[in-house]
Amino acid sequence: MNETEHAKARPRWGMVIDLDRCDACQGCTTACQTENNIPPPTPQSAAQDRSIRWMELLPNVEGEYPRVKLRLIPRPCMHCDKPPCIKVCPVGATAIGAEGIIAQVYARCIGCRYCTTACPYTARYFNWYPPRWPEQLSQSLNPDVSVRPRGVVEKCSFCHHRLQKARDKAAAEKRELRPGEYLPACVEACPTKAMFFGDLDDPRSEVAQLARSPRSFRLLEDLGTEPKVFYLREGE
Amino acid sequence: MTTMTADGLLTREDAAQAAAETPKHEGGAHSLTQDAALLKPVLETTWRFWAMAAVLLMIGAFGVYAYLFQFKYGLGVTGLNRPVYWGVYITNFVFFIGISHAGTLISAILRIAKAEWRRAITRSAEVITVMVIIFGVGSILIDMGRPDRLLNIIPVIKFGRFQSPLLWDVCSVTCYLFGSTTYLFLPLIPDIAILRDRTTGVRHALYRTLALGWKGSPRQHRILEVLISIMAVIVIPIAVSVHTVVSFVFAMTIQPMWHTAIFGPFFVCGAIFSGIAALILAMALIRKVYHLENYLKQIHFSYLGLLLLIMALLWFYFMVCEYLVTFYGGEPAHMAVLWDKIRGPFAPAFWTMVVCCFVIPLTILSNRKWRTVTGTVMASIPVVIGMWLERWTIVVPSLSNPRLAGTHAHYFPTWVEWGIFAGESALFILAYMCFTKLFPIVSIWEIQEGRELAVKEVSERVHSYLPSDEPERQEAAS
Repeated sequence: MNETEHAKARPRWGMVIDLDRCDACQGCTTACQTENNIPPPTPQSAAQDRSIRWMELLPNVEGEYPRVKLRLIPRPCMHCDKPPCIKVCPVGATAIGAEGIIAQVYARCIGCRYCTTACPYTARYFNWYPPRWPEQLSQSLNPDVSVRPRGVVEKCSFCHHRLQKARDKAAAEKRELRPGEYLPACVEACPTKAMFFGDLDDPRSEVAQLARSPRSFRLLEDLGTEPKVFYLREGE
Repeated sequence: MTTMTADGLLTREDAAQAAAETPKHEGGAHSLTQDAALLKPVLETTWRFWAMAAVLLMIGAFGVYAYLFQFKYGLGVTGLNRPVYWGVYITNFVFFIGISHAGTLISAILRIAKAEWRRAITRSAEVITVMVIIFGVGSILIDMGRPDRLLNIIPVIKFGRFQSPLLWDVCSVTCYLFGSTTYLFLPLIPDIAILRDRTTGVRHALYRTLALGWKGSPRQHRILEVLISIMAVIVIPIAVSVHTVVSFVFAMTIQPMWHTAIFGPFFVCGAIFSGIAALILAMALIRKVYHLENYLKQIHFSYLGLLLLIMALLWFYFMVCEYLVTFYGGEPAHMAVLWDKIRGPFAPAFWTMVVCCFVIPLTILSNRKWRTVTGTVMASIPVVIGMWLERWTIVVPSLSNPRLAGTHAHYFPTWVEWGIFAGESALFILAYMCFTKLFPIVSIWEIQEGRELAVKEVSERVHSYLPSDEPERQEAAS
């Protein structure tokens, strides 16, 4: 990530989650559900392991009783630079954008669930039923995000619609997109400011600097998927 | 290969010349009194057939109802979840495509190897292939979340992408379906002509169309035999490719215990293994129901039993390779799946599989006295069950143990999935039964050919293997 690489115009969006600051409040999960029109999990969907959570808290148990430590790691889609899901899709219903965001084309997906089985992070979700909201919520869906029909796969989009909106606004005001203008809902909502978002290819950006921190790691790094979500290990 | 065909052609023409004085169909009619038992199932139908057909149709109808139920309410009616996104349907896909290897592959290999005992069994094997592929492909369609968007997988015109192993499956299985249908149809033509000359009405019209003007002339025989030999050579690589790319659907991902190079050959081996077992069962049923003991003899079952034994040993070898390598490496993600199979929730299925696919067939088939019709059937039933369980313990345990999921998955199929599985199986058997009512399930002309020509041909062939007294003849033969 040197200066010459930065010379290219397009950003490479990435996220950093500081586990030292995260207190597993699930604010990110809730913000994501509301922002992205994800039907709230029901007792039935939870019992059947069918709840959809683009941002999920992944339990990570270290050690054995009595010296046991439970960590809850927020896990969005990793938006891998080498995504295993895209390779296997038979219809190109999932694709990596020019700025590194993995998109899902709901209107094209045939629901074969090959991508869901190929993703080593199990970050992809299937719509087993038509989406349903409680009466009070059904009138307050986000108009910027399409509601997914039954039978297709969906996953975290890094709130791509927010990028489009911010771009449109910047274009209308005839200026460049400013750092921090585009933030996914989870990052914006995080009460402990544990999440960071920005251009990983811009060496001056906060995410690029944090991603190079000695505390930084990525999930299942040895699989070679090159995730764009970095974590900062707890201190001590 | 060419010399062998040339030999065959010469013999054929000699025979045709010899039979030139007597008109061909008269000769055929004469032989047919001998082989009347083969035409009987086609021309006469007992109440037992209709009773059996009614039962199967009811089970099939239940399967159709289960699918329509799923079509209406979505895949939520299955037991699938996250992370077990694939279950019975994908298991069935692999299983049915595996069974389909019974026919074309075995038949083609036996034909090319000039195994004379093949004559009575090739047809019944080839029909399994064609019928069961349809249900294999059907299982994939049933598994789709959006079956209405099926056409999206067509490349060029729509969105099909060749980078996806699923597209490799689409290509390979399509080739296989057309190839094996052709390979079934070609040797059927002379028999269709026999039926054309013995039926009236709608059936006559059907057979007349399908017989493609077959008169049984030496030229037609020559063309037919060339075409059959070409198809026999072509379908073998296609069949091997089919189950290799079926395995690639799993092996190309990086999931624990799927991502292994052994899957290609292992799946092909398992496919032939389950295919032979299915063939033995089908032949035993045909033999009993249609009283064809004189055609499907003990010796056929004994030979197929030997083949089944070899495949059982080969299957076990592959399994030991796979599991030992995984175990010795001891990578945690793989070990989670391995322990789940050996002593975890999948242990009952896993050990039943080992008993069904190895212990039982090995015990029965390694004893020569037990390689009878009953013995091979007793070995084949557990093999078919065991091979379904093998596909099950490939698909589900890996998905139940993802590297990262945050849930501990429990998947058990619902009545919809079992219903569709039962329906598919019943409709397959029904389709097979209907075939035996439309066409002779034992190839009449090939049996006749065996009786009239092959005995002489084989004894000549054996002579040609032996050291010759006359050097000139030896040269001419080579």
